[in-house]
Amino acid sequence: MDHVRLLLAGDKRAAAKLISLIEDDEPEAMEALARVHPHTGRAHIVGFTGPPGAGKSSLINRLVRVFRARGKKVGVVAVDPTSPFTGGAVLGDRVRMADTGTDPGVFIRSMATRGHAGGLALATFDAVRVLDAMGMDVVFVETVGAGQSEVDIAARAHTTVVVEMPLSGDAVQVMKAGLLEIGDVYSVNKVDLTGADDFVANLKFQVTPRDGWTPPILRTSASEGLGIEELANAIEGHLAHLKSTGLLDRKEVARARQEIFENAQRLLQTNVRDNAKVQVGFDRLATRVAKRKIDSRAAALLVLRSAGRS
Amino acid sequence: MAKKIRVLIAKPGLDGHDRGAKVIARALRDAGMEVIYTGLRQMPEDIVEAAVQEDVDAVGLSCLSGAHMTLFPEVVKLLRRRKAGDIVVVGGGIIPEEDIPKLKKAGIKGVFGPGTPLEEIVAFFREEAKGR
Repeated sequence: MDHVRLLLAGDKRAAAKLISLIEDDEPEAMEALARVHPHTGRAHIVGFTGPPGAGKSSLINRLVRVFRARGKKVGVVAVDPTSPFTGGAVLGDRVRMADTGTDPGVFIRSMATRGHAGGLALATFDAVRVLDAMGMDVVFVETVGAGQSEVDIAARAHTTVVVEMPLSGDAVQVMKAGLLEIGDVYSVNKVDLTGADDFVANLKFQVTPRDGWTPPILRTSASEGLGIEELANAIEGHLAHLKSTGLLDRKEVARARQEIFENAQRLLQTNVRDNAKVQVGFDRLATRVAKRKIDSRAAALLVLRSAGRS
Repeated sequence: MAKKIRVLIAKPGLDGHDRGAKVIARALRDAGMEVIYTGLRQMPEDIVEAAVQEDVDAVGLSCLSGAHMTLFPEVVKLLRRRKAGDIVVVGGGIIPEEDIPKLKKAGIKGVFGPGTPLEEIVAFFREEAKGR
């Protein structure tokens, strides 16, 4: 089955199979991604981050419908954590997106982190590429929502939406975030809860303009369907800003740098881990480090040299 | 590393009792599988669409309302139509003994009623997923 050819023709089963091959790190995946790459670059990649329970999935569900009504095809990659003990996962983001049903212009893929730290799976952005090549106009990426999710997504998405909710803390807590430096759009969700006004006020105080863009702060309620059109406008507005300022091209290059670096890291890890010759030397080095005969950094340099030679 | 097994757990029809489905979801998760839970009130078409997009190895259907004879075979039929007939369909819930052979004939690989040990269900999913 030529997955890539079928994918480019819009075949969803091929897209799904391709994503699985990538997730499972099958040899055909690399070749397929190389063939897919020239067909990517059209989709607007929008990342969603924020604490668990803030309503990312529910908001995405609402936004999918709005973007569909605007004539766009939408892809979603939703990431949930893998248990470090069992290796299993419950991927529970899709359950919030049940409205989309059999809409041919929507593709939702749930993905487990499979041990990768940082709120995303290794395969996440490769999956985004697959959906981009399939013809999606917008691809939403939903992070796990914990740890350093926001840093990972901000480096890889065109637009980052930070979803917060009221009662997450007072002004000092809001100052701590760091989350507040990476968002392009802020959505204070569950505005029906008390404390929304205070939270929005604190947020306004903290958020600063960057690259000529002042991140808008929107009040939304995914459950009531409030503020969704405005959120969609803000997301599209950010893309328009990126395009008009030429920032989009700069972002694409920055994204590429990040990806090349990550791929290099992974290749090195695989090379060290799966290369029997390197492994033998590795074990010997580890013993020498433990015996304080050599420090771990010097040992690492020796490993690198050995890995490079094989 | 062994390939991950992906399973979709769905409740077709109007039955709103999902405790059992959630118990199965948790058991499969604890057995190292990736479980996509699609929630209540799903139409067979929605379940099949999700199964295809998620490229799951198996679909677990739960029904306590007695509509299994209509809904379960419909899921099998639609999967085959989408050329996804290799996805294993398993059923559970309140299913009378006499319906089980009929369901199996319609393509449902296994039927597990209340009281079935979780290990048995987990082992079944694991065995069936290997075949893909």
